Amino acid sequence: MTVSRFRTIIYIVAAIVSLAGLADATYLTVQALTGETLGCGGSADCFKVLGSAYARVAGIPVASFGVLAYFSVFTFATFALFGYARARIFLILTIGAMFLATLWFLYVQAFLLHAYCRYCLFSAATTFLLAGLVIALPPGRERSVA
Amino acid sequence: MKRYLPFVIVAVVAVATIGSGALLYRAKRPHVLSIPEDKTLSAKSGPESPHIRGNPDAPVTLEEYGDFQCPPCSMFAAFLGQLEKEYESRLRVVFRNFPLAMHEHAREAALAAEAAGLQGRFWEMHDVLYREQETWSKAPNVRELFESYAGTIGLDLNKFKNDMDSEQAKARVDADRHRGESLGIQTTPTLFINNQPLETKDKNPEGIRAEINAALEKKSQT
Repeated sequence: MTVSRFRTIIYIVAAIVSLAGLADATYLTVQALTGETLGCGGSADCFKVLGSAYARVAGIPVASFGVLAYFSVFTFATFALFGYARARIFLILTIGAMFLATLWFLYVQAFLLHAYCRYCLFSAATTFLLAGLVIALPPGRERSVA
Repeated sequence: MKRYLPFVIVAVVAVATIGSGALLYRAKRPHVLSIPEDKTLSAKSGPESPHIRGNPDAPVTLEEYGDFQCPPCSMFAAFLGQLEKEYESRLRVVFRNFPLAMHEHAREAALAAEAAGLQGRFWEMHDVLYREQETWSKAPNVRELFESYAGTIGLDLNKFKNDMDSEQAKARVDADRHRGESLGIQTTPTLFINNQPLETKDKNPEGIRAEINAALEKKSQT
């Protein structure tokens, strides 16, 4: 398998994985907007985590930042796949930031809230998978079409 | 064409995300109705007569549909105490049982509160159940704990035990639950201020105070 083909496969897998994360983050954002995370009746395991003060920044649900992040990953992976040279660096930077944010949210769930939300854990797994993919990405520049 | 393909793919995903998010929001958005005229407080007696705390003639009524095992309801109960002090005779509070199936001991707790109510101590049991929620929620035998709470608030223990299994207590819990379902309630706590449901965005101390103040203002103008 050539390096170029391996890189293409990684971008395709990253785009597909980011879609799974996007669906998860969209669901959590809708839950926050409809108030399900503020009361009982929705996902019981999510109440303690998503109803906490850590789940919002300036009143905005953090899940909505997740929607933006996963959509950005999908966008950069798609553009990198089509040979846009700068997309690769944006992809790496975005996934790096998401990786750090994920570490913080896991710390909050494990040590501050002592509760886990399965949707948040799915998002964490998705981000770790994306991080693994960019680590495996062979170095070198894309053929620029821009 | 290939030059534009990534833009098209990204645009399609953006539209699909926004569209599915909007559809999900519409499906999940609570559709709680206002309390109709024939279901207002003065129109009912018997099993549907509510538990009221505060001035019976208060201009503002806050009606809560609550589940004793629901953590947000417990937090709201603590805030309710502050509200009652702040608004004094201008606010009356009504509690309706809405035990959710997802909470193992919620129905039994509602029966305990109703059994206490049959001895005139509903609100005392209401307060103890919320205060001690973390303890009894995880206990294997909640009955024993409820009986100990009954003892601490001075109930006749034998009557309390019998009343917890009585048809009267069950009928009260069921009547509240059916009333809530007929209004479209799915989550707890669900709050009404002067028969109007409180929107999700107002389910916070500032929002609740603002709605009570608006209701007081409206009453003073009529």
